[in-house]
Amino acid sequence: MAGVGSACLLVALIAALYAAGASVYAARSGRRQFALSGRRAIYCMAGLLALAMGILEAAFLGDDFSFALVAQGSSSDTPTFYKVTAMWATQSGSLLLWAFLLSVYASLVLFLTRRSLREIAPWATAVLGLIGAFFLLLMVGWENPFDTLQRAPADGAGLNPLLRHPAMMIHPPMLYSGYVGFSIPFAFAVGALITRRTGADWIRSTRRFALVAWTFLGTGIMLGALWSYTELGWGGYWAWDPVENASLMPWLVGTAFLHSVMVQEKRGMLKVWNASLIVATFVLALLGTFLVRSGILDSIHAFGASTIGVQFLIFIALVAVASTALVVSRLPHLRSEARLDSLLSREAFFLLNNLVLVGLCLVIFWGTFFPLISEAFTGEKASLGPPWFDGYTTPLALVLVLLAGVGPVLAWRRVTWAGIRRALRIPVAASAGALVLLLLLTDAGDSAPSLVMFCLAAFVLAVVGQEFWRGAAARRVMTGDPWPRALTTLVGRNRRRYGGYIVHAGIAVLFLGVAASSAFLTQRDVRLSPGQSTKVGDYTVTYVRPTARLGGDRAGTGAPISFGAVLELRKGGHRELLRPSRNFYPTQDASKGAIGRFFEGEATSEVDLRWGARQDFWAAVRPDISELDGPIREANARFGDSNPNVQGFVIAAITDRYRRNPPPAAFRFIVSPLVAWIWIGGGIALLGALVAAWPSPEARLRRVRALQAARVGRELSRA
Amino acid sequence: MEYAVALLLLGALVVLVVAAPLRRPGEARRHEDARRAELEAAKEAKYREIRDAELDFRMGKLSEADHRTVDRELRAEAIEILRQLDSLG
Amino acid sequence: MDPSRKRKLRLVALLGVVVVLGAALVYTSFSASTEASSPSQVKPGRSYELTGKVVPGSIDKSGDELRFRIRDRDGSASVPVAYRGVVPDPFRDGREVIVSGELKGGTFVAERDSLVTKCPSKFTKKS
Repeated sequence: MAGVGSACLLVALIAALYAAGASVYAARSGRRQFALSGRRAIYCMAGLLALAMGILEAAFLGDDFSFALVAQGSSSDTPTFYKVTAMWATQSGSLLLWAFLLSVYASLVLFLTRRSLREIAPWATAVLGLIGAFFLLLMVGWENPFDTLQRAPADGAGLNPLLRHPAMMIHPPMLYSGYVGFSIPFAFAVGALITRRTGADWIRSTRRFALVAWTFLGTGIMLGALWSYTELGWGGYWAWDPVENASLMPWLVGTAFLHSVMVQEKRGMLKVWNASLIVATFVLALLGTFLVRSGILDSIHAFGASTIGVQFLIFIALVAVASTALVVSRLPHLRSEARLDSLLSREAFFLLNNLVLVGLCLVIFWGTFFPLISEAFTGEKASLGPPWFDGYTTPLALVLVLLAGVGPVLAWRRVTWAGIRRALRIPVAASAGALVLLLLLTDAGDSAPSLVMFCLAAFVLAVVGQEFWRGAAARRVMTGDPWPRALTTLVGRNRRRYGGYIVHAGIAVLFLGVAASSAFLTQRDVRLSPGQSTKVGDYTVTYVRPTARLGGDRAGTGAPISFGAVLELRKGGHRELLRPSRNFYPTQDASKGAIGRFFEGEATSEVDLRWGARQDFWAAVRPDISELDGPIREANARFGDSNPNVQGFVIAAITDRYRRNPPPAAFRFIVSPLVAWIWIGGGIALLGALVAAWPSPEARLRRVRALQAARVGRELSRA
Repeated sequence: MEYAVALLLLGALVVLVVAAPLRRPGEARRHEDARRAELEAAKEAKYREIRDAELDFRMGKLSEADHRTVDRELRAEAIEILRQLDSLG
Repeated sequence: MDPSRKRKLRLVALLGVVVVLGAALVYTSFSASTEASSPSQVKPGRSYELTGKVVPGSIDKSGDELRFRIRDRDGSASVPVAYRGVVPDPFRDGREVIVSGELKGGTFVAERDSLVTKCPSKFTKKS
């Protein structure tokens, strides 16, 4: 079956190249059947890649170790859930996923726009075909997921235990959907620039594509942060790691685009800026895809030298140069139709918001690539840590949240001081009230940036609340509807606006959580013996007893051995039990001994977390199993050649020793205030994006009717 | 061997799917379709702007005088778009 | 002031702000960065970010402090490291690590919690 898979890839590559060629020919000659042919080639690409994915997944699920990928990343005792996800934990598997998602999204979008955007669509098809062809070329030429082994091993190496977490199942597809998603507006932008059709029609479609991609990417980033917080042993959610930054940069520029495209729609301004933003977003998305697999930057994710780094760089450079040349060549067509009249208008604030977002992106870009920059100038690789990043991103984030509050309050084209005063009276009061309450009742004053962020978050939430209130009131004046109906029709008829407001509210809540949890964190690293207690913040935590389990690990990752602790958490009258543990996975390394290899392989921290609206209590344990070294060595010597059942008994006896006679264990406890609101805020923003992106059926109907009416007119005149 | 057979079969399938539309007679390129879609989209956008401006006025973000001015401008722009649409026939 | 002059002034002001912020960015990054170094190159007197591989058999976990030796990625010059803080899950013999600190009296004294271990064999061909 591996042969069929490889054949799928090659045929898909040829189909992608044909799609590009046929579409360009269709665009230049006007022969529409070639455009249809090119589109169908993209559909074929999607079908072939679906077949290829199916073959590969079947190999994983069926433990077919003749596939090199299955032997490398899975094993017979990997839980089924993780056998499916192991496919994209590898270099070539992830390329296949990228190409597959690209072909599916491209097919979907091209199908949906088959009757509209007729001038632009063929060029977009060609661009998408070429991008797909690049990824397919990488697989066919260098990193084939269907490589087979001459002699299939009896069992595979197993999935890296750090990846055995539900978020890891969804994080790559979600993130890639974001990266791939941005190729769609990019392709249509290129088409629009080539055909000089950067008008309302293009804007409407591109905005929607960009919003969908933005939503996926944002969700992917949040899932990554959530994984870091709940799975890794350090208890944080963001480390300004190069790979994290690589996913954030296109998201920031995408956010800028979503705002500035509205200015182009209303006033015909910022056309060159928007075209550049779309190109930059896609180039950054490619860069993000490239960074994870290139090894050029030291990172916890960096995976050593890679065989496809150079090809990626060449492709990215080609895309960047060609796009820039295209934009420059169309500059005369992209002149602004209007000028920025006053700094006190929504247009001006959107521009300011763009500058802040692009500024953030530039700062992060500089910091991420600084090792290479400094190497170029000083010959030595120097890197920048979180304090440097935080120093710049914190003030920029504060300005961003402020703008997110002021923007909604302004009208397009015209704003007066009186209008602004009237609109901002209540939110400013709310913000001041929050300031007073926080200073009086909490110690929020200890951290000035966090205090400012709290007040700004209150400001934004008040603005959004006021917008909903006043909007519904206005509708009631017009239609006399009761409150609930007024609200729903208000949102339903102004999806873009109110969806956007919900996103702003979500982002404000998210930053609230970030500010609180980063400035007011309490962390303790301590060694405890069973029976000992310690105080962390308002909590008293007691190490009740150790645990040692064979098989059946609580997280469902298939770990044979896990050592942990039962902790009792007390605050006020509340009592709760936490069970952090450490899972041990066997290694294939025979030098550790038949028994020892179960204790000397990978180990992962299984964190236990008590979620809370006001604060989270996070606990991780690092059991000290050094005392078991003696018994393990003895067991290696005596039972090294015994049959597996006997060895199982021996291992059980050794792990039981830990439970009966435990040495002190090292614990890390973290109390993070308001950290759950980060995830809640993200969820609210996601909801807002869905509201904004949801197509309104009436508009579509109107459009279709109009086109049909025109057709009737034409056909009648011909008769 | 399996590779070659799959290559041929899949390749033939793709060629069939992709070549099917090519046998139809060609349709002439119609500029007006694209121009009409463009104008329709512009009309939609302009109508939305007019509605937004009215909502802004009712919510108190625009004064009555300002709203009158903006509304007049926007309606004039909308009329221009309709005129262009009509001229297409 | 006529509109076009106002616009030009705004543009100049904006460019000025950008230049100033850009200069601040460049300046702070060059002075705040930790230089990366390998065990054979590290020198006492300033802080470095040491990159290398854990020498097999050198890990000593007794007590609160972790001690191990770190050697060049391709080479054998090694340096002893004294570290306190969280030890990442993938930390093992032979793994590639990054740790920040300063060389004091022959031992590299590491900053708390600065140990980073690279996830092994995620995207390389062999495991």
